[in-house]
Amino acid sequence: MYQFLYDLIGNEILAGLLVAVVPLTIILVFALFGIWLERKVSAHMQDRLGPMRTGWHGWLQTVADLMKMLQKEDIIATDADKTLYNIAPVLVFSGSFAAYAVIPFSSKLLGSEVEIGIFYVLAISSLVVAGILMAGWSANNKYSLLGAMRAVAQIISYEIPTALIVLSMVMLMGTLSLDKISQMQTSSFWNWNIFGGAVFGLSKFLLIPFMFIAALILFISTLAEVNRVPFDIPEAESELVAGYFTEYCGMKWGMFMLAEYGNMFAVSAIIVILFFGGYQSPIGYFGNSIGVQWLVPFEQGFWFIAKGLTLVFVQMWLRWTLPRLRVDQLMTVCWKYLIPYAFLNLIIIGIISLL
Amino acid sequence: MNFYDIIFYIFAAITLLSALFVVTTRNIVHSAFYLLFTFFGVAGIYVLLGADFIAISQILIYVGGILILLLFGVMLTNKITNVEIRTGTVHMLPAAIASGIFMGAVVAVMVWTEWKSEPSVTPLTTTKDIGHLLLTDYVLIFELLGILLLVALIGAASIARRDKE
Repeated sequence: MYQFLYDLIGNEILAGLLVAVVPLTIILVFALFGIWLERKVSAHMQDRLGPMRTGWHGWLQTVADLMKMLQKEDIIATDADKTLYNIAPVLVFSGSFAAYAVIPFSSKLLGSEVEIGIFYVLAISSLVVAGILMAGWSANNKYSLLGAMRAVAQIISYEIPTALIVLSMVMLMGTLSLDKISQMQTSSFWNWNIFGGAVFGLSKFLLIPFMFIAALILFISTLAEVNRVPFDIPEAESELVAGYFTEYCGMKWGMFMLAEYGNMFAVSAIIVILFFGGYQSPIGYFGNSIGVQWLVPFEQGFWFIAKGLTLVFVQMWLRWTLPRLRVDQLMTVCWKYLIPYAFLNLIIIGIISLL
Repeated sequence: MNFYDIIFYIFAAITLLSALFVVTTRNIVHSAFYLLFTFFGVAGIYVLLGADFIAISQILIYVGGILILLLFGVMLTNKITNVEIRTGTVHMLPAAIASGIFMGAVVAVMVWTEWKSEPSVTPLTTTKDIGHLLLTDYVLIFELLGILLLVALIGAASIARRDKE
């Protein structure tokens, strides 16, 4: 992508900026329609219709909301720490945006082909944590501070099972690069990591059950990392108003929303890449069979986004199905169940990959 | 001046300015947050030197771990934000002499050392080599560090443990 734009424009800075615009557009469009989808999904699950009046089945509702949000007055509480209060939403959003730099949307559409892809995603998400703490503290509101404390405790705890599962996958694949991990799972869905990877043999069949466990643990812990129900105690509406962004309004609040939806798709993308073949098609490419090579990257983009959206849909589905966990239950789930299982899984996958 | 030089100076400016704010600001929470930008700037400089693994480790450990712990400590300590931090100057003369000597030593080393200069070949991937080195040449140090961290962890857990009545 970068190389293509560089050849086209001939300017490093401009090409770099243009590459960065692509994931930004994807996040913005996804956030707009993700919020609409969330409202429709919740409505239909509760036997309602949801937004219906703005456009066909209300699809312009979030656009209208955005227009409203941009015009709102920017209110800052008198006792708030103004500098940090203004930086915090930017920091949270840039953390979730930065993760997109290494996510391959198709074999041609990827920002940076760095070797340390997945490690980078794990590290850069710590910016979000710092931003949340900043938001909670600077608002000078007890609900905000409590929400921030809960958020950080939760994210830090759930980073451990996430990192353990990622570690076991990296051990199996022998690379940290998200693009290479995607490439290894090519040609059919049977080669995806959830079905034991591309190497056919005894170890493939032995791996399948442990891959299912790994995918499940990764899904649960990433769900907690993006603060979605049933792990939404940082912003629990019935207890903390809105958690760490209680005091925010207008577009600054909007940036937290954008970051949340950006994160939802980012973690779905990570699960898709590690377990569900990344951008690879499950049934082979139409472009290859009719001999039109340039169609293949577009098909890959379609498959990637389709798989990602499926997982996002599951996240929404869970949000409107499960009740919220209590704080102590949340910590119990992480430290007493997920981490030991993830460790055991790591050891077993290690032994199997040695066979 | 090429493109990467400009990026280097941006990162250097971020690092130095935020480090300056860390030591001069009167609010301890602000200090901790400025430290975030210092760590981030240093990570950027590591990337420009071709040490991507070190850069990401820097962010993961310092920003994701140490800084967050620091902030937790600062925020959970009761009324720490109201404490007057002394940022004034005492013992001007000895401090000036000591830092002057240190500065002189550092500059002298920088100027007089015969730096080996090789054509800059940015390694494509450093992760694999680091992994190999850690588990072959430096395995003893690596394991010892692991044990040290484990000891610290167990110690912290046993201090924090609440005794059953």
